[in-house]
Amino acid sequence: MRIECPNCGERDRREFTYQGDALALRRPAVDAGEQAWDDYLHNRDNPAGETKDLWFHEAGCGAWLVVERNTVTHTVQGAVLAEKVKR
Amino acid sequence: MANLIALTPCHALLPVTIGRISVTEITPAQLMSIAPFAGKQKAVTAQLKVQVGIGLPAANRCVSKDNVTVWWFGHGVWLVNADVALNGLAAVTDQTDAWAVIAIAGGGIEDVLARLVPIDLRASHFGVGSTARTMLGHMNVAITRKDARAFEIMVMRSMAGTLVHDLEAATRGVAAR
Repeated sequence: MRIECPNCGERDRREFTYQGDALALRRPAVDAGEQAWDDYLHNRDNPAGETKDLWFHEAGCGAWLVVERNTVTHTVQGAVLAEKVKR
Repeated sequence: MANLIALTPCHALLPVTIGRISVTEITPAQLMSIAPFAGKQKAVTAQLKVQVGIGLPAANRCVSKDNVTVWWFGHGVWLVNADVALNGLAAVTDQTDAWAVIAIAGGGIEDVLARLVPIDLRASHFGVGSTARTMLGHMNVAITRKDARAFEIMVMRSMAGTLVHDLEAATRGVAAR
Protein backbone atom coordinates (compact mmCIF):
# COMPACT_ATOMS: atom_id res chain seq x y z
CA MET A 1 0.00 0.00 0.00
CA ARG A 2 1.39 3.40 -1.03
CA ILE A 3 0.13 6.81 0.05
CA GLU A 4 0.82 10.03 -1.87
CA CYS A 5 1.90 12.55 0.77
CA PRO A 6 1.27 16.15 -0.41
CA ASN A 7 4.71 17.10 0.96
CA CYS A 8 6.87 14.07 0.24
CA GLY A 9 5.26 12.32 -2.73
CA GLU A 10 4.41 8.63 -2.90
CA ARG A 11 5.61 6.74 0.16
CA ASP A 12 5.35 3.27 1.60
CA ARG A 13 2.65 2.49 4.17
CA ARG A 14 5.28 1.74 6.85
CA GLU A 15 6.03 5.48 7.15
CA PHE A 16 2.45 6.23 8.22
CA THR A 17 0.42 5.71 11.38
CA TYR A 18 -3.34 5.23 11.20
CA GLN A 19 -5.56 7.29 13.47
CA GLY A 20 -9.21 6.80 12.46
CA ASP A 21 -12.17 8.34 10.67
CA ALA A 22 -11.58 11.90 9.46
CA LEU A 23 -14.87 12.70 11.17
CA ALA A 24 -12.59 13.68 14.05
CA LEU A 25 -11.90 16.95 12.18
CA ARG A 26 -15.58 17.98 12.32
CA ARG A 27 -15.86 18.92 15.98
CA PRO A 28 -19.41 19.88 17.01
CA ALA A 29 -20.17 23.18 18.71
CA VAL A 30 -19.88 23.23 22.50
CA ASP A 31 -23.69 23.49 22.84
CA ALA A 32 -24.50 20.97 20.08
CA GLY A 33 -26.04 18.58 22.55
CA GLU A 34 -25.39 15.10 23.89
CA GLN A 35 -26.28 13.20 20.73
CA ALA A 36 -23.89 15.20 18.50
CA TRP A 37 -21.05 14.80 20.99
CA ASP A 38 -21.75 11.11 21.48
CA ASP A 39 -21.57 10.61 17.69
CA TYR A 40 -18.41 12.69 17.42
CA LEU A 41 -16.58 10.89 20.20
CA HIS A 42 -17.78 7.30 20.00
CA ASN A 43 -19.96 6.36 17.05
CA ARG A 44 -18.30 5.40 13.79
CA ASP A 45 -19.62 3.90 10.57
CA ASN A 46 -17.93 0.80 9.25
CA PRO A 47 -18.38 1.31 5.51
CA ALA A 48 -17.55 -1.18 2.79
CA GLY A 49 -16.20 1.21 0.17
CA GLU A 50 -14.97 4.78 0.22
CA THR A 51 -13.54 6.05 3.48
CA LYS A 52 -11.74 9.18 4.60
CA ASP A 53 -9.28 8.53 7.38
CA LEU A 54 -6.67 10.46 9.32
CA TRP A 55 -3.12 9.24 8.86
CA PHE A 56 0.04 10.63 10.44
CA HIS A 57 3.17 10.73 8.30
CA GLU A 58 5.21 9.82 11.33
CA ALA A 59 8.38 8.54 9.69
CA GLY A 60 8.30 11.32 7.12
CA CYS A 61 7.37 14.98 7.20
CA GLY A 62 5.21 14.71 10.33
CA ALA A 63 2.05 16.04 8.66
CA TRP A 64 -1.50 14.83 9.40
CA LEU A 65 -3.26 13.70 6.25
CA VAL A 66 -6.79 12.86 5.26
CA VAL A 67 -6.44 9.79 3.06
CA GLU A 68 -9.25 8.68 0.77
CA ARG A 69 -9.27 4.98 0.14
CA ASN A 70 -11.60 2.14 -0.70
CA THR A 71 -11.89 -0.67 1.83
CA VAL A 72 -13.28 -3.06 -0.79
CA THR A 73 -10.73 -2.61 -3.59
CA HIS A 74 -7.90 -1.34 -1.35
CA THR A 75 -7.16 1.50 -3.78
CA VAL A 76 -5.87 4.74 -2.32
CA GLN A 77 -7.47 7.62 -4.19
CA GLY A 78 -5.40 10.40 -2.70
CA ALA A 79 -4.43 12.40 0.34
CA VAL A 80 -4.69 16.02 1.42
CA LEU A 81 -3.19 17.86 4.37
CA ALA A 82 -5.60 17.74 7.32
CA GLU A 83 -4.97 21.46 7.93
CA LYS A 84 -6.29 22.25 4.42
CA VAL A 85 -9.55 20.36 4.94
CA LYS A 86 -12.54 22.67 5.25
CA ARG A 87 -14.18 22.45 8.66
CA MET B 1 32.03 21.30 39.59
CA ALA B 2 32.77 18.08 37.78
CA ASN B 3 34.97 18.49 34.76
CA LEU B 4 32.74 17.03 32.03
CA ILE B 5 34.13 15.71 28.79
CA ALA B 6 32.16 16.65 25.68
CA LEU B 7 31.61 13.66 23.37
CA THR B 8 30.15 13.87 19.89
CA PRO B 9 27.15 11.61 19.05
CA CYS B 10 29.30 9.23 17.00
CA HIS B 11 32.28 9.30 19.35
CA ALA B 12 34.28 6.04 19.06
CA LEU B 13 31.95 4.88 16.21
CA LEU B 14 33.32 6.87 13.28
CA PRO B 15 35.15 7.28 10.93
CA VAL B 16 34.70 3.95 9.18
CA THR B 17 35.79 2.88 5.70
CA ILE B 18 34.54 -0.35 4.18
CA GLY B 19 35.34 -1.15 0.57
CA ARG B 20 34.68 1.97 -1.48
CA ILE B 21 32.39 3.60 1.11
CA SER B 22 33.53 5.93 3.86
CA VAL B 23 31.40 7.18 6.74
CA THR B 24 32.47 10.23 8.75
CA GLU B 25 30.82 12.33 11.41
CA ILE B 26 29.84 15.96 10.87
CA THR B 27 29.54 18.11 13.98
CA PRO B 28 27.65 21.32 13.21
CA ALA B 29 28.57 24.04 15.70
CA GLN B 30 24.92 25.10 15.74
CA LEU B 31 21.69 23.51 14.62
CA MET B 32 18.38 25.36 15.05
CA SER B 33 14.93 24.27 13.97
CA ILE B 34 12.66 26.97 12.54
CA ALA B 35 8.89 26.51 12.58
CA PRO B 36 7.29 29.66 11.09
CA PHE B 37 4.08 30.81 12.76
CA ALA B 38 0.92 30.69 10.63
CA GLY B 39 1.24 33.04 7.65
CA LYS B 40 4.77 34.12 8.55
CA GLN B 41 6.75 31.96 6.13
CA LYS B 42 7.52 34.79 3.70
CA ALA B 43 8.54 37.10 6.53
CA VAL B 44 10.84 34.38 7.91
CA THR B 45 12.46 33.95 4.48
CA ALA B 46 12.99 37.72 4.24
CA GLN B 47 14.56 37.84 7.71
CA LEU B 48 16.77 34.81 7.05
CA LYS B 49 18.07 36.39 3.84
CA VAL B 50 19.14 39.39 5.91
CA GLN B 51 20.67 37.29 8.71
CA VAL B 52 22.29 34.34 6.93
CA GLY B 53 21.97 35.15 3.22
CA ILE B 54 19.49 32.43 2.25
CA GLY B 55 15.77 31.87 2.79
CA LEU B 56 13.62 28.80 3.41
CA PRO B 57 13.90 26.23 0.60
CA ALA B 58 10.88 24.42 -0.85
CA ALA B 59 9.78 21.07 0.58
CA ASN B 60 12.31 18.28 -0.02
CA ARG B 61 15.09 20.76 -0.79
CA CYS B 62 18.22 21.96 0.95
CA VAL B 63 20.18 25.13 0.13
CA SER B 64 23.67 26.23 1.09
CA LYS B 65 25.59 29.47 0.81
CA ASP B 66 29.09 29.97 2.21
CA ASN B 67 29.03 27.97 5.44
CA VAL B 68 25.30 28.22 6.06
CA THR B 69 22.84 25.47 5.12
CA VAL B 70 19.06 25.48 5.46
CA TRP B 71 17.33 22.09 5.26
CA TRP B 72 13.62 21.45 4.82
CA PHE B 73 13.01 19.24 7.82
CA GLY B 74 9.36 18.23 7.71
CA HIS B 75 5.92 19.76 7.53
CA GLY B 76 6.37 23.45 8.43
CA VAL B 77 9.86 22.91 9.87
CA TRP B 78 13.31 23.85 8.62
CA LEU B 79 16.77 23.41 10.09
CA VAL B 80 19.62 25.91 9.89
CA ASN B 81 23.23 25.50 11.04
CA ALA B 82 23.52 29.07 12.32
CA ASP B 83 22.11 31.14 15.14
CA VAL B 84 19.07 33.11 14.02
CA ALA B 85 16.74 35.55 15.79
CA LEU B 86 13.14 35.33 14.54
CA ASN B 87 11.15 36.72 17.45
CA GLY B 88 7.46 36.90 16.64
CA LEU B 89 7.93 35.13 13.30
CA ALA B 90 8.80 31.54 14.12
CA ALA B 91 9.42 29.05 16.89
CA VAL B 92 13.18 28.59 16.94
CA THR B 93 14.52 25.67 18.94
CA ASP B 94 18.13 24.78 19.60
CA GLN B 95 18.78 21.28 18.20
CA THR B 96 22.57 21.39 18.53
CA ASP B 97 23.79 18.00 19.80
CA ALA B 98 20.28 16.55 19.47
CA TRP B 99 21.05 15.03 16.07
CA ALA B 100 23.83 12.79 14.92
CA VAL B 101 24.95 13.97 11.49
CA ILE B 102 27.05 11.74 9.26
CA ALA B 103 28.50 11.97 5.77
CA ILE B 104 28.55 8.80 3.71
CA ALA B 105 30.36 8.77 0.39
CA GLY B 106 31.88 6.52 -2.22
CA GLY B 107 31.23 4.64 -5.42
CA GLY B 108 28.04 2.57 -5.43
CA ILE B 109 26.62 4.53 -2.50
CA GLU B 110 23.05 4.20 -3.82
CA ASP B 111 23.34 0.39 -3.64
CA VAL B 112 24.20 0.59 0.04
CA LEU B 113 21.38 2.98 0.91
CA ALA B 114 18.89 1.03 -1.22
CA ARG B 115 19.22 -1.79 1.31
CA LEU B 116 18.00 0.44 4.11
CA VAL B 117 15.93 3.32 2.74
CA PRO B 118 12.48 2.77 1.17
CA ILE B 119 12.67 5.70 -1.28
CA ASP B 120 14.47 6.00 -4.62
CA LEU B 121 17.75 7.82 -3.95
CA ARG B 122 19.24 7.47 -7.44
CA ALA B 123 20.48 10.74 -8.94
CA SER B 124 17.75 10.69 -11.59
CA HIS B 125 15.11 10.95 -8.84
CA PHE B 126 17.07 12.51 -6.00
CA GLY B 127 19.58 15.05 -7.29
CA VAL B 128 22.06 17.27 -5.49
CA GLY B 129 20.23 19.48 -2.99
CA SER B 130 17.37 17.03 -2.54
CA THR B 131 16.48 16.18 1.02
CA ALA B 132 13.90 13.74 2.39
CA ARG B 133 12.42 12.77 5.72
CA THR B 134 12.09 9.02 5.54
CA MET B 135 13.26 5.84 7.20
CA LEU B 136 16.60 4.06 7.39
CA GLY B 137 15.98 0.61 8.76
CA HIS B 138 13.52 1.28 11.56
CA MET B 139 14.70 4.83 12.27
CA ASN B 140 13.30 8.19 11.22
CA VAL B 141 16.02 10.07 9.38
CA ALA B 142 16.68 13.08 7.19
CA ILE B 143 18.71 12.27 4.07
CA THR B 144 20.32 14.88 1.82
CA ARG B 145 22.32 14.39 -1.36
CA LYS B 146 25.52 16.43 -1.27
CA ASP B 147 26.99 15.40 -4.61
CA ALA B 148 27.03 12.55 -7.13
CA ARG B 149 28.57 10.10 -4.64
CA ALA B 150 27.89 11.60 -1.23
CA PHE B 151 24.93 11.80 1.14
CA GLU B 152 24.38 13.35 4.54
CA ILE B 153 22.19 11.51 7.04
CA MET B 154 20.71 12.88 10.27
CA VAL B 155 19.26 10.75 12.99
CA MET B 156 18.28 11.45 16.59
CA ARG B 157 21.39 11.33 18.71
CA SER B 158 20.30 8.36 20.80
CA MET B 159 20.19 6.25 17.61
CA ALA B 160 23.72 7.05 16.41
CA GLY B 161 24.99 3.58 17.32
CA THR B 162 22.20 1.84 15.41
CA LEU B 163 22.71 4.10 12.40
CA VAL B 164 26.41 3.27 12.18
CA HIS B 165 25.71 -0.44 12.75
CA ASP B 166 23.05 -0.58 10.03
CA LEU B 167 25.24 1.31 7.56
CA GLU B 168 28.20 -0.95 8.30
CA ALA B 169 26.13 -4.09 7.76
CA ALA B 170 24.69 -2.79 4.47
CA THR B 171 28.11 -1.63 3.26
CA ARG B 172 29.69 -5.02 4.05
CA GLY B 173 26.83 -6.74 2.26
CA VAL B 174 27.32 -4.68 -0.88
CA ALA B 175 31.14 -4.97 -0.73
CA ALA B 176 30.89 -8.78 -0.50
CA ARG B 177 28.95 -9.11 -3.72
